[in-house]
Amino acid sequence: MAAAENAGTHAPTAGEYIRHHLHHLQKDFSFQNVEQKGIVDFSLFNLDSVFYSIVLGVIGCFFLWRAARKATSGVPGRFQAAVEILAEMVENQAKGVVHNAKSRKLVSPLALSVFVWIFLMNAMDMLPVDAIPTLWHGVGPDMGFNNYMRVVPTADLSTTLGLSFSVLIVCLVYNIKIKGIGGWAHELVAAPFGDKWFLYPINFLMQMIEFTAKTVSHGMRLFGNMFAGELVFMLIALMGGVWAWQFNPLTGGFWLGFGHVVAGTVWSIFHILVITLQAFIFMMLTLIYVGQAHDSH
Amino acid sequence: MENVLGFVALACGLIVGLGAIGASIGIALMGGKFLEASARQPELMNELQTKMFILAGLIDAAFLIGVAIALLFAFANPFVL
Repeated sequence: MAAAENAGTHAPTAGEYIRHHLHHLQKDFSFQNVEQKGIVDFSLFNLDSVFYSIVLGVIGCFFLWRAARKATSGVPGRFQAAVEILAEMVENQAKGVVHNAKSRKLVSPLALSVFVWIFLMNAMDMLPVDAIPTLWHGVGPDMGFNNYMRVVPTADLSTTLGLSFSVLIVCLVYNIKIKGIGGWAHELVAAPFGDKWFLYPINFLMQMIEFTAKTVSHGMRLFGNMFAGELVFMLIALMGGVWAWQFNPLTGGFWLGFGHVVAGTVWSIFHILVITLQAFIFMMLTLIYVGQAHDSH
Repeated sequence: MENVLGFVALACGLIVGLGAIGASIGIALMGGKFLEASARQPELMNELQTKMFILAGLIDAAFLIGVAIALLFAFANPFVL
């Protein structure tokens, strides 16, 4: 880790290491290197999240397309069978929640894409913490970029809120399409408390709160899980870092090496469950929210 | 300044601790109901298990959002100038 800093300055402290690894590679819209001012800053974007999410989306689409192109109606090969199992699982979940067969033609593939894409983005968390950042340190600054790299797009609040906001837009479109704009507007003021004129403001407020809470929780749940997971991996890497600088078994730091291996193994295995589960939950909630847009109160 | 750091540390502890209480009790209650239901109707076990995992994700959501915020305060503290 000290090799990652300039020779001649001090090695990073634990806090500095973590803060360095938590910083996004940010560019503003004229492609200058900038730093974020404040928690919400719309004048720049996180180039690393955008890059990895697009690359992983293309990879996911490519694999699914390959399976579809070579699909035979005879005895399927293993790859085709695996993709069919996945697609059938998503379709069954969609059938249980979205009761409109015409909508399912769009929503079921949408849910499949969401699941595969989020699973791939989450899986970037299984790579070693310093692997890609070290490679980037070798080539990035020479090309004029900052020396920051975050490889997990779903550990970026921008990505996850973008995904959940897109789901919200799909829900709004389906609300208008199924109920008509007049019907939906009436439902906005008539549900959930009742169709009395003096309840209209309360109903509208509750509906707005419901939409906001569903969207924000949808995005932040995925972000919280992935960010916490990534941060624990960094803390485990710090344990290994301390071991790497103290080979004297008499100091406590040496035994942190065992802690690094044990904690790293346990957390990695648990995280395999978490990444799959979070992708599945995001997909299920997408289906449930779109299904709610079809039902009337 | 030390005051601010002290308060932020306390805040992180409270966020994680109180969130953990809520999430653990929620999961425990739900898991108990699932086990009871499986004992009564073992043929529904698989369906219920799928729904149980979904619910576990929902119950853990607020807690994990709290953990993410607490970790953010611990390592990228916005209260320190």
